Amino acid sequence: MEIKTADYYVRYDENLATIFFGGFLRLEGVDAYKEILDLCVNVFDKQKQISMNLTDLQFLNSSGISMFSMFVLKIRDLGDAKLAIQGSEKILWQTKSLKNLKRLMPSMTLEFI
Amino acid sequence: MEVNTEIFGDYYGQDSDSQEYLIINFSPSSIPRNSRWRNNGISADFLGDYFATFFPGDEIPGSKIGKQETIKSSVSFIANELLENAMKYSLVNTNLPVSIALYMYNEKIVFMVTNHISLESSENYKTYIKELLSSDMDEMFTKQLIKASSEGNSSGIGLLTIINDYGAKPGWKFEKLLNPVDVVKLTITIQLEV
Repeated sequence: MEIKTADYYVRYDENLATIFFGGFLRLEGVDAYKEILDLCVNVFDKQKQISMNLTDLQFLNSSGISMFSMFVLKIRDLGDAKLAIQGSEKILWQTKSLKNLKRLMPSMTLEFI
Repeated sequence: MEVNTEIFGDYYGQDSDSQEYLIINFSPSSIPRNSRWRNNGISADFLGDYFATFFPGDEIPGSKIGKQETIKSSVSFIANELLENAMKYSLVNTNLPVSIALYMYNEKIVFMVTNHISLESSENYKTYIKELLSSDMDEMFTKQLIKASSEGNSSGIGLLTIINDYGAKPGWKFEKLLNPVDVVKLTITIQLEV
């Protein structure tokens, strides 16, 4: 499963059970993120323990932040699901904002590499 | 002519006492909507790149990100959010411009974004600002993220991220215009310490 445009990509690697995000995500409004959110939800329907690797995601606007929050809350509400997020300590927005997702789901693993 | 001015938050009024500044003006009605959206990112990145050049590549203790990159990314994120909001709520058929100005000082960068909104948007926004200014920020942020998730509406998240995660100080000025009627000129200032 993959979504790829000139600005960004979202790719699920089944062997690694990881969704990789990269590029610049500044879509117009939360609705525009539906395709990406659907991809994540579909992956999660099959696999209850997944990682999201954001280390190549250079930019995320606030609608994107909302999309990630939506996803994290969905997973949290499932109870038995496990989520790990890998961020980059070299990308400013990640060092500033990823901690908010952990606040929504304290059991989530957040690792900076 | 302007009447009826209201100020909220930590509004930065001295807009011309910096020698280093950059202003970009847009006419929202002259560009198709989807190109306009793309323009937000292009302009924000340009502002980030431009202002980063004023800061040498000093290291920041405890961070893997240097000063220049920190300025570039902060400016780019904040400018993009302010422009997205300004474009989203602007009255499109009035021919009134949207502008973004950045002023540089020794210890801070000030963003000043102006757009024109309807009376109704203006009243809704004031209610939101009053709530924001009287709330505990952490609590408000988490509440708004949960609200955004359930309603599929990201309103407010950009601003809260700017305040909470980037430690920047917002202020607002609402000016009700006499002509055209029922139009409010909104100026938001964001002060970012650097």
